Amino acid sequence: MKAKSRNYYLIPYVLWIALFVITPIVLVVYYSFFNIEGEFSLENYQKFFTPVYLKMTLSSFWYAFLITFFTLLIAYPTAYLLTKTKHKQLWLLLIIVPSWINLLLKAYAFIGIFGTYGAANKFLEVMGVGGKQILFTDFSFVFVSVYIFLPFMILPIFNALDELNPSFIDASKDLGASSWRTFSRVVFPLTLDGVKSGCQIVFIPALSLFMLTRLIAGNRVITLGTAIEQHFLVTQDWGMGATIAVFLIIFMVVIMLLTGRRKRGEMR
Amino acid sequence: MSDQTIIRFENVTKQYDNDPAVLNDVSFEIERGKFYTLLGPSGCGKTTILRLIAGFISPSKGNIYFNNKKVNEVPANKRQVNTVFQDYALFPHLNVFENVAFGLRIKKLKSEMINQKVIEALKFVNLEGYEKREIKEMSGGQRQRVAIARAIVNEPELILLDEPLSALDLKLRTEMQYELRELQRNLGITFIFVTHDQEEALAMSDEIFVLNNGKIEQSGTPNDIYDEPINRFVADFIGESNIVEGVMVEDYVVQFTGKTFDCVDGGLNQNETVEIVIRPEDLEITSPNVGKLKVKVDSQLFRGVHYEISCYDEDGNEWLVHSTKKAIVGSEIGLNFEPEDIHVMRLGETEEEFDKRLEAYEEGSYES
Repeated sequence: MKAKSRNYYLIPYVLWIALFVITPIVLVVYYSFFNIEGEFSLENYQKFFTPVYLKMTLSSFWYAFLITFFTLLIAYPTAYLLTKTKHKQLWLLLIIVPSWINLLLKAYAFIGIFGTYGAANKFLEVMGVGGKQILFTDFSFVFVSVYIFLPFMILPIFNALDELNPSFIDASKDLGASSWRTFSRVVFPLTLDGVKSGCQIVFIPALSLFMLTRLIAGNRVITLGTAIEQHFLVTQDWGMGATIAVFLIIFMVVIMLLTGRRKRGEMR
Repeated sequence: MSDQTIIRFENVTKQYDNDPAVLNDVSFEIERGKFYTLLGPSGCGKTTILRLIAGFISPSKGNIYFNNKKVNEVPANKRQVNTVFQDYALFPHLNVFENVAFGLRIKKLKSEMINQKVIEALKFVNLEGYEKREIKEMSGGQRQRVAIARAIVNEPELILLDEPLSALDLKLRTEMQYELRELQRNLGITFIFVTHDQEEALAMSDEIFVLNNGKIEQSGTPNDIYDEPINRFVADFIGESNIVEGVMVEDYVVQFTGKTFDCVDGGLNQNETVEIVIRPEDLEITSPNVGKLKVKVDSQLFRGVHYEISCYDEDGNEWLVHSTKKAIVGSEIGLNFEPEDIHVMRLGETEEEFDKRLEAYEEGSYES
């Protein structure tokens, strides 16, 4: 009786998963086997292994890597400083608040700031450097992406640092380690799980960014995300778009497996 | 101060912001090669002393000397001191070997050297063959040993132990008490042990510091402190005790519960109000008309080794008796004791005054 009633509770969940997770994936895989004429074939998969798409894959990974790298570079020290402040929850909230603003809104704001007559260029002129093309460059693309992903990286790292037992730091210093040694040998290894989940949260969406590539990078950066959007909306080659999506799903699963938490030697 | 002094506290005060001082004007010396215990209830400042010696915090006032050098501002990683933490603080991302080797790797020793020293340290704490184990695979007692090995492998001059046995069960704790004591003797390193367990302190130490409210109430050997508690707090904290009010009639004669008794204390003012301590195990049960005190048995508990019998005299004072003999609840019994079982405590006497008086009347008694 009890087990039965529990099964009823599962219905909404199972329905949700079936409708919004399993069905779309099955549909994507199904569509990937049809070429542009609507005939069943493996043409799309062959096409994916041509230089055009391989280059696109490589560039997607490269930009996702850059974005993750710089996000981590900024997020770790920020999270570290946050744990040292007196009102850490308040500061954390202030850092998270921008992530509540719509992504498109933020993108348009940056178009204004980085534009030819924007604040950034005005500032450069005042500094005597002179106006520069900022918008539609690699720099602006990575910069804005890092800005958008930053809170998602800070949060897990902050939690890991916050949970770190302070007596580990005492113990390390007690054994003669300097502050830097304590960081590299104790603090960082013990917060690696936070870093891993942060990288996951940033790297995977960064792999399929498409709105920012168009708005901020002016389509000069072509990622797999852009390609999918173009195939579905412009060239109407749903089959090819679906094929790229299948590969993206495979990549993500692989990344998840690689960076997954290992339950080894865990003790708080 | 002798050459044997390794740590000296000089009027050390530790205060956080505007809170009351955690440690208040404390001075003491620690000698090389002995086993010291800081004993006191939680919040008495014992862990603060440990953290001051380790260098995790620095004093608000006063000076700390290590081998006669002032070390107030020397950071923890530059001190010849190692700590065994209450929660052991073993690094969960490293295995047993690497945990013990941590300090040696920081010192950049050669790997054969590290290997040899770690194996030796693990042998010392009976953990041979556990090198490759992960910390989470070790039991509480084993973690304890790893923590000790991690400290002794660095060959420090001083090892600090912050309530390291509190997380262990009773049997293991007793076992570890013996082992720690033996380890200290074999190594000859000074140990400073923090605990709130008076039995542990009495069993293990060469010298005990009893702390309360950020002050040292009394220091001395376990025997001194047990037999001659300086005040009510120490008497109560170290073992069970019967404390009643009394009057010092003259030297070696004291009056309490309306009767006069011979005692071994002197050097006090005539008719001075004092407190009398008699340990429960020093009271002997006899028949009511023979005993020095007549009491009525109120309740009785079987404690295994002895019966704990609670009695009341006619004035309503409670007398706790530890006896291997059973008493009958509700019956009248007599209690007997020897003159040396009576410990006289002066009200509000400091340790210095106490020591001075003790010396003075002992000299006097030799002359007579």
